[in-house]
Amino acid sequence: MRNLIFFIYKYYVFFIFFILEVLAFVIIYRFNNYQKANFVNYTTGVTSSFYTAVSNTNEYFSLRGVNDSLQAENARLRSQLLTSYYKNNFVPTQVNDTVYKQQYDYIPAQVVSNSVTKRNNYITLNRGKLHGITPEMGVISENGIVGIVMNVSDHYSTVLSLLNNNCKISAKIEKNGAFGSLVWEGDNPRFAALKDVNKHVPLMTNDVVITSNFSTIFPEGIAIGRIYSHTLDAGDNFHTIKVELNTDFSTVSTVYVIQNLLKKEQQQLEATIVRSGN
Amino acid sequence: MVINILTYLFKFIGLLLLQLLVINNIGLSSYINPYIYVAFILLLPINTKPWHVVIISFLTGAVIDAFSSTPGLHIAACNFMGFIRIHYLRVTTTKEDREGTHIPSISQKGVVWFSVYAFVLIFIHHILLFFLEIYGFQEFFATLSRVFLSTFVTLLIIIVGQLLFFKAEKRNG
Repeated sequence: MRNLIFFIYKYYVFFIFFILEVLAFVIIYRFNNYQKANFVNYTTGVTSSFYTAVSNTNEYFSLRGVNDSLQAENARLRSQLLTSYYKNNFVPTQVNDTVYKQQYDYIPAQVVSNSVTKRNNYITLNRGKLHGITPEMGVISENGIVGIVMNVSDHYSTVLSLLNNNCKISAKIEKNGAFGSLVWEGDNPRFAALKDVNKHVPLMTNDVVITSNFSTIFPEGIAIGRIYSHTLDAGDNFHTIKVELNTDFSTVSTVYVIQNLLKKEQQQLEATIVRSGN
Repeated sequence: MVINILTYLFKFIGLLLLQLLVINNIGLSSYINPYIYVAFILLLPINTKPWHVVIISFLTGAVIDAFSSTPGLHIAACNFMGFIRIHYLRVTTTKEDREGTHIPSISQKGVVWFSVYAFVLIFIHHILLFFLEIYGFQEFFATLSRVFLSTFVTLLIIIVGQLLFFKAEKRNG
């Protein structure tokens, strides 16, 4: 017993180091194997409000660009308003609730912290639980897809950026509906790779890539980007596709968080299939 | 003693702000992500108690982790680096260095000694950090080149920073 105490005393630095290192690895392990459930809320108030202060200052420098893009979006939305259509008949438009049920709701938010050059990038938004954001909601900008909400605190939320090793998004090619999964390979924030597109699918550069209807996170048809280049290696069953992303992640500042009002219903239904299938 | 702690606290906040507000936003390429905040651990006095070094490294990593929403990556890397630092200094410093309040810096130990010392520790820090970030050995060579490029840039910034700001310091003793 005395020897044991002496041993611990002699190497106490090593033991402190070892305990702290194990602690760090446990945190990393749990985070990486979880990703989908809630574990530690990293969006603490202090760090987020620090980034809010920084981004409030930075916003002044990009006001012109933000105004331009908002104006462009306003113009586009205005052109879709009923008032900008010529009425072709005399039957007044009716809102019929039984035919159209609203499925998606959009919550506007501002980016308060962002990065594009790391291998795993995260975005922090200035909206959180109190504004109705929950984990696993999709995030889009006016140009296209941005990421998926990871953690929420009362006033902030962290987003798994598309530019992240753990982010995989179900996508399809608009022209022929061929689907694959979109991942970022870590080199250039303007490009991502579209995997698992079967070799018999004909492709052209500049084909539009959009979100597929398989996920409960994004509505179908949100723009992602265009095919920049595609090759088919001999003996390979899948195309190698490089997609140029619509969203410029280095300047993204205004985003919308998508709330799927029917998500719970769909997931419950799908859960029953799994149960009865066994 | 209290003044010493305060000075180091200011140094820490200074390096933290520099890292978060300037370095993290440079964005040269996705292969170059310098983490200059490690200079804080590198430049602790040589006679700092070993367990102090370990705890300080841990806390440094924890603060950086909190600000970059990474789960424990910086804790693991910093903590390991702090531990290696203890043994590296035990082997490469003289008894003189360990008495008094010497700092393992360029002005006190010379450019060559400091470069080797900083390179070894920064490399250890970066290799752990980048491989834990990708969490596996896929993209092995891309990650390795990331480690090397970032290490050199970090080293360069730390050396240049020291030559600029700490030139007046002379070896006293």
